[in-house]
Amino acid sequence: MIFTIAAKELRALFLSPLAWAILCAVQIVVAFIFLQDLSNYIDQQANINPETLTEGASLTVIAKMYATVGFMMILVVPLMTMRMIADERRQNTLALLLSSPITSRDIVLGKFAGVMGFFTVMHLLLTLMPLSLFMGGWIDSGIVSANILALFLLLCSFSAIGLYFSTLTSEPAVAAATTLGTLLLLWILNIVISTADGFSWLGYLSAQNHYGVLLQGVFSSMDIIYFLILIFLFLILAIRRLNYERIQL
Amino acid sequence: MQNDTLVEVKNVSRWYGSNCAVNNISFQVKRGEVLGFLGPNGAGKSTTMNMVTGNLAPMAGEIFVNGIDLLEQPQDAKAHIGFLPEQPPLYKAFTVDEYLRFCARINRVTKTAIASAMDTAKQRCGLTQIGKRLIGNLSKGYQQRVAIAQAIIHSPNVVILDEPTVGLDPIQINEIRQLIRELGDEHSVILSSHILPEIQTTCDRVQIINQGELVYHSSLKNLEQTHPVDCLLASFKKPPTAKELEELHQVESVELVDNHQFKIFFDPDDSPAETIVQASVANHWSLTELTPQQKTLEQIFVDIISSDSASKQFESSGPYDEDRAA
Repeated sequence: MIFTIAAKELRALFLSPLAWAILCAVQIVVAFIFLQDLSNYIDQQANINPETLTEGASLTVIAKMYATVGFMMILVVPLMTMRMIADERRQNTLALLLSSPITSRDIVLGKFAGVMGFFTVMHLLLTLMPLSLFMGGWIDSGIVSANILALFLLLCSFSAIGLYFSTLTSEPAVAAATTLGTLLLLWILNIVISTADGFSWLGYLSAQNHYGVLLQGVFSSMDIIYFLILIFLFLILAIRRLNYERIQL
Repeated sequence: MQNDTLVEVKNVSRWYGSNCAVNNISFQVKRGEVLGFLGPNGAGKSTTMNMVTGNLAPMAGEIFVNGIDLLEQPQDAKAHIGFLPEQPPLYKAFTVDEYLRFCARINRVTKTAIASAMDTAKQRCGLTQIGKRLIGNLSKGYQQRVAIAQAIIHSPNVVILDEPTVGLDPIQINEIRQLIRELGDEHSVILSSHILPEIQTTCDRVQIINQGELVYHSSLKNLEQTHPVDCLLASFKKPPTAKELEELHQVESVELVDNHQFKIFFDPDDSPAETIVQASVANHWSLTELTPQQKTLEQIFVDIISSDSASKQFESSGPYDEDRAA
């Protein structure tokens, strides 16, 4: 059942021009950044004494690219998730799902799997860029895998958040705006660490911190768990909200 | 187990805030029965439909579908329901085939049975030619048919249709009514409509809801018995005066329709038809028409709603806004 809904969702996403436009835009922008960083790195390499070189291409080019992609996802994820439930509600198709013998859990997990299908395609296309470096030099495959995992976890947690906000409203634009706000807030929470005493624990909530650690190739279970908690929390909230749909007052 | 009562609604109530949309409604629908559901705007029709289909949870009461408790085992109960909401739930970017396949899958039609289920549904709703077309490009009438096909694709025991003939042309309306009658042979059908003749031609039983309460409930066959003919429509070429007619034996009162036509009221047990014919022959009135006037559903509906509303006007805080619930 989850698979049926995921397949339908993925199909619906690729039937709309939005998905193709986003794939195209993200690919072009990231390619520019990647190319720029790569050429800077090659220029610097000529002037730097290899013995004092602390960071290789894996960190300076690849991790930097993923850091940028992570920030871009704050803008991209809301665009993809905003319509998931809100649009069904607006087009009155939610009644079709709610009167079918499927649970809210199936609906939410199916939609989540569907949008993650799209993001996986996007992720694969982006990953082709760092992979291409393997042809030209020695790249730390551990760091690359950590980066791939980091972006995947980030996309999952952001999508779960976007999906939840989409269950709250029948206006996709409202869902997008609230998701954008939440993701942005989650991202910038780490500045609290440096500015306020006693509130440094807020920094732990920052997605950017945990994402950044993974990008450096440090595979700490703490950061993985942070993302897993985000994913489960918002998926459960979305399921609960959809159940609540039937008891609305 | 063959269960003959397919839908059983017991003392179901629903409030929106302090507004009572549905108040303590109970009814049953048996296998092979078409139930017509009538009511003015905002009476609670859609709310009731949404509760029976599991889209909305009732705040009190119980609903059984095919003997399964809709609130305890919602998934199993819903598998027996096909629902056409007021607004057709269509994915406009999909083709008819893609859409129906998805509907069949989420309604637990097995992979091997999907093709034949789709063929049957498309054939029944006249969609065989347009399976490859995008739903968004279809006319309103065809979209409505696709939505009906969606409701019957898993051949559910109970089909619930909320205003199914909206936006259809007269020929399509006839086809859909015939389809509803066919469905009524093997399934139970609950049909809500504003079009009273439609209910009269397609339903076995009718119930009228007003301000959240069932105010009328009867089989259409009983309609004749509970509301017997008490009026004749008579036309004459050389009409007598109304007074002359009133003086006839058995006639209670006469109402002038136009110069040649009269409505003649009488005691239902004692028809004056014979007397009128004899008087016409004797006085050379040249009788051209003499028709018994069956009380239509429409008259009953108007009678009930207006008398009910008048008695409740001061109790209720105002009609509940149906649109907001959708």
